[in-house]
Amino acid sequence: MSKAGKVFTNGLFNENPTFRLVLGTCPTLAVTTQAMNGIGMGLAATFVLLGSNIVISLLRKFIPDKVRIPAFIVIICMFVTSVQMLMHAFVPELYKSLGIFIPLIVVNCIILARAEAFASKNSVLYSAIDGLGMGIGFTVAITAIGAIRELIGNGTIFGASVFGSGFEPMLIAALAPGGFIVFGLMLALVNAVSNRDKKDVEAECALDEKEAA
Amino acid sequence: MTDFAKLLVLLVTSILSNNFIFSRFLGCCPFLGVSNKVETAAGMGMAVTFVMALASLFTWLVYNFILVPLGLEYLQTMSFILVIASLVQFVEMFLKKSSPSLYKSLGIYLPLITTNCAVLGATLINIEQSYNLLFAVSNGVFGALGFMLAIVLMAGVRERLEFSKMPNALKGFSSSLIIAGLMSIAFLGFSGIGG
Repeated sequence: MSKAGKVFTNGLFNENPTFRLVLGTCPTLAVTTQAMNGIGMGLAATFVLLGSNIVISLLRKFIPDKVRIPAFIVIICMFVTSVQMLMHAFVPELYKSLGIFIPLIVVNCIILARAEAFASKNSVLYSAIDGLGMGIGFTVAITAIGAIRELIGNGTIFGASVFGSGFEPMLIAALAPGGFIVFGLMLALVNAVSNRDKKDVEAECALDEKEAA
Repeated sequence: MTDFAKLLVLLVTSILSNNFIFSRFLGCCPFLGVSNKVETAAGMGMAVTFVMALASLFTWLVYNFILVPLGLEYLQTMSFILVIASLVQFVEMFLKKSSPSLYKSLGIYLPLITTNCAVLGATLINIEQSYNLLFAVSNGVFGALGFMLAIVLMAGVRERLEFSKMPNALKGFSSSLIIAGLMSIAFLGFSGIGG
């Protein structure tokens, strides 16, 4: 695979910010009461990630090492403020339901972590791809959590009824505790799957060694 | 209701029914990351309380005396995060000089607080609810006490779980999240207190 492809899929799978790095847990837990909110939050964060990664990568040779963190925060904040104003103007309903968590994208650890770990060391093109990959990974993850919570807690996905009128929704999944528990169980599932993959690889390696011996 | 009664209600609701962690989801990163030991959790809680009180005070002043008169309300997020970041830096330097023992116990947690969304969240809530100065600072302190309660309780549970057997997949974050969910159900029982 080309380097660009690797950088892109890294954010989707190997280093998925939600399930593998467990960063940005606050918005993940707070806005995932509905699948739609997950998409909105994810896209807003993706926009900020893409923008801040590009600008930080462009400026990486000019920002002095000592003040890099405050400089990154100011750049991130610029994008967050513009997203906030755009959402307020064009999608007021979504703006209302995400509420305080839009300005809080500033302190979302995913964005600062990518600025520090990737954009400040790589060229503009790869930084943009990395931002896009990470953003989409985040969006997919929180939309999935949102869809599950909406399905169990309300019997709908994206507002469309799934089980018909006979289904008694479990309200707890849409309330605060449901967020923690659904996220925890999904994390366990991802761990279990990746552990099994690892075991397969280890078993294969052991087998190879035996054959070699 | 008198101001005193209102403050009392704010105290009870922000610790129990509107807890920063369990019902508002603010400050989850340190809640999950720094809750291995009761001692460190209490240290983190104390540092957050300290910074949150100061941050509530200064951001309220900045918003009402600088941003509003100049019509720059849209710079709210940017100015608040800068205030918090410089406050944390300043507190760190001040403690290092004046009280080395306190610095030793809080020192390592201070830089982490800049990116704690509970602090920025509390200051944004203060403005959103248009609290006056007294209520803004109280909201910061009470919210932080709720955070401290949550993180210390969590650390207590995790300390006892450390040597227990559990499936590999559940180790680490996922078991912590499920524990937090169960604790959150318990805290849900307080909802309705104080209206």
